[in-house]
Formats: sequence, C-alpha cells, structure tokens
Amino acid sequence: MNATIFREINFLIKKEIRQEWKQKYAFQGLLLYVVSTVFVCYLSFKQIIDPPTWNALFWIILLFAGVNAVAKSFMQESRGRLLYFYTLADARSVIMAKTVYSLLLMITLSIISLIFYSLFVGSPVVNYPMYFLAMVLGSAGFATVLSMVSAIAAKAGSNTTLMAVLSFPILIPLLMTTIRFSKNAMDGLAWSVNVNFMIILVSLNALVIALSYLLFPYLWRE
Amino acid sequence: MEKQSLTSKKTAFIQWWKWLSVILIFYTLIAGLLIDVPRLPILHESIRNLFFHVTMWFSMLIMMIASVVYGIRYLRSGKITNDIKAEKCVQSGIFLGILGLLTGSIWAKFTWGAWWVNDAKLNGAAASMLVYLAYVILQGAMDNEHKRARISAVYSIFAFTLMIVFIMILPRLTDSLHPGNGGNPGFGAYDLDSGMRTVFYPAVIGWALLAAWITEIRVRMKYIQHKKENS
Repeated sequence: MNATIFREINFLIKKEIRQEWKQKYAFQGLLLYVVSTVFVCYLSFKQIIDPPTWNALFWIILLFAGVNAVAKSFMQESRGRLLYFYTLADARSVIMAKTVYSLLLMITLSIISLIFYSLFVGSPVVNYPMYFLAMVLGSAGFATVLSMVSAIAAKAGSNTTLMAVLSFPILIPLLMTTIRFSKNAMDGLAWSVNVNFMIILVSLNALVIALSYLLFPYLWRE
Repeated sequence: MEKQSLTSKKTAFIQWWKWLSVILIFYTLIAGLLIDVPRLPILHESIRNLFFHVTMWFSMLIMMIASVVYGIRYLRSGKITNDIKAEKCVQSGIFLGILGLLTGSIWAKFTWGAWWVNDAKLNGAAASMLVYLAYVILQGAMDNEHKRARISAVYSIFAFTLMIVFIMILPRLTDSLHPGNGGNPGFGAYDLDSGMRTVFYPAVIGWALLAAWITEIRVRMKYIQHKKENS
C-alpha cells in the first residue's frame, strides 16, 4: 500500500473534523438527542434496578444516536462537492476516512452518553475497563456498517428512512453480540469468558471494513 | 429466445432440466415420507423435515450465490441482462428462504415446543431474510436503471457475505440449540450415513432446479417488459 493512501486518508479525516468543528451543528444536535433520550428514560423508569435492562436500553439509545450520526456523514455533502472529491481523492481513501471519522464520533458519543446515563439512572457497571472496551468495539461495529450503508443510501436518494431500513437488519447480530459482551463486562466476569465475543466483534469489524474498501469504488462512480 | 411450438419436434417445449426438477421433487415428497429413517430421541419421525427444511436453505444459498455472480458480471460488463437475472435470483432466493423459515418453525414446534426460540442461528437467519427484503426495498427506491443495477449489485455482495457470517459462522461460535452449531452434533454424524442421503441430495438438486425454473420464467417476463419500455 502506498504512503499516499495513508496521507490522503489522514488529510480527509482532518478535513471532516475541521468541518465539524467549524459548525458543530451535527455534533451538538446528536448530543441534544442523546441527553433528551436519556432524560426521557429517566422520567419513564426513575431508577433502573435490573442490570440487563439498563444495558439493553443504553445500547438501543446508542443505536439510534449512531444511525442519526453516521447518516449525516454522506447525506449532508452536496452533489457538487462529492464530484469535486471524486476528481481529487481515491475512492478508497474517502470511505476509509469517513469510517474512521464515524468511529471517532461514535466513541465520543458513547462516552458522553454513558456519563449522562450514569448521572441520571445510576450505573451497575462493575468492570469499567472491559465495559469501555465493549463500548469501543460496539461503536466501531456501528461506524463501519453504518458508513457503508450510508454510502449506499446516499446514492439511492438520501432518504433517512431507507438508511434505517437498510441498516437495522445488518446491525441486529452485531448488536446482540455487543449487548452480551457488555453485559458480561457489567457483571464483572473474567476476561477469559469474553475472549470469544471480542474475537467475533473484531472479525466482524475487519470483514465490514474489507467489504467497504473493495465495494465502495463501484458505488462512487456516477 | 427459441421458438416454441406445440407441434414442432425440433424445439423442446419444456427443457429436460425442468422435467427433472418435477420428477426430483415428487421423488422427494414420496420417498421422503416413505423410506426408513433412523430413530433419534426428541426427533422421531420429524427428522423427515430434513428433506424439506435443510434442502430449501441449501437451494436458497445456491440462488444467492447465482445472484452474486450475476451482480459481479454486471459490474464488470455493464450489460443490463445480468442485473435482471441477479434481481430475479434474489427474489427466488427470498421465496425459498421464507419457505425455509416456515418449515423450520413447524419443526421447532414439534421438537422444541415453540414456533420460535431465542437462538443464534434462528436470529441470524431472520436477520439475513430482513437484509434481503431491504434489498427489495432498495431496488424500489431508484428509478435510473443502471444506477439501480450498480447499487443493487454492490449491496447484494455485501448482503451475501453478511448472510454467510450470520447463518454459518456466528452460530458456531456461540451456544445454539440448532443441530450442527453450539456443540450439538450435526446430522451428518448420524443419519446421512444411512439411506437419507439417497433422498437428500436429489432433493437439493430438485428444489434448486425448481427455483431456477421460476427465475427463468420471471427473467423472460422482465426481458419482454424491458424491451417494451425501451422501444
């Protein structure tokens, strides 16, 4: 692999971050979305005593926030700007940059969500480092799958409903694995119990990244 | 398209493989219900569902592989005929998949006591069906023919890979009730050594040929429609 691809990816990631930092529109919107959802949960449940419910609800909040977050990544670019990028950068750099940016966004979002969630509803988590690892792997899974699906949906008409419809079936097994892994982390089980889940999540992420890398150039062509 | 005539002897009215599919499926139905099967605990006679449930899933896999192949051919050549074939293969595959889910559900009711259980393989199979149904919705969202073909081809490759992961790989890694996964012995260990093989393989071929026949008719209908629209 050329050094130029890495340089291109690096540049594109920085461009995304800079663009976001200038307006902060998407990020603030997402933050508000997460805080409102957590607040609604607090008002409905008051105190979530049952750990599996706490965990499942947290991941559902992250799922919807993630779909909203990554949906914007391809759909907010105007057609003219996309054509301009097509002339400048290699298609693969674009998808890799978008995936990495989505990953950073998802991880930030999940940490902030966890903080607010714990503040409002309490936190039964025993093993924080492992829970954090589960959050990172889960966010990575969301980011990789949703970036690719967002690219497909953007080409098919930028419809947010379409993006949700396309992404939910693909995310179901990923979500189930992540929920079970994070539940184990929450209960404080040993690392050896969870090695299987970690391998599954890492391999799923690697597979989806490889698929995006191979397939995106065909999507990118007008 | 060849000229078809009821009276001419030069062209076959119905090709040989279509006859074969009918014969094989009747054979499956009759022999499947009549031959001796090994007696296993819990399963008893319901093991005969193997000839229907498993064979239908196998045929679905064959149809989906065909659709991926046609999708890749479209991406390389740009000929719209490849895309038409890919689309119809997926639709036949979805039909077979739904039948597979129904037969599996009936089997589950008699062996596990419930129409559906919370199990890795079942959830993976349901998720794969949803992924392919989303493919159908994606097709409906685009008007431009070549754009639709390109994006459908890309999505079908993505969907097929994920389906293999969800149905075959994930259930083996986690605990599952389903035979062949999660530490349960697959059927190959016991029964396919016995006479069940003589019905199983013809059944797979029979269902696959039937699905191919349905696909071929629908492809021909779409060709005619396509020609009408573009003339």
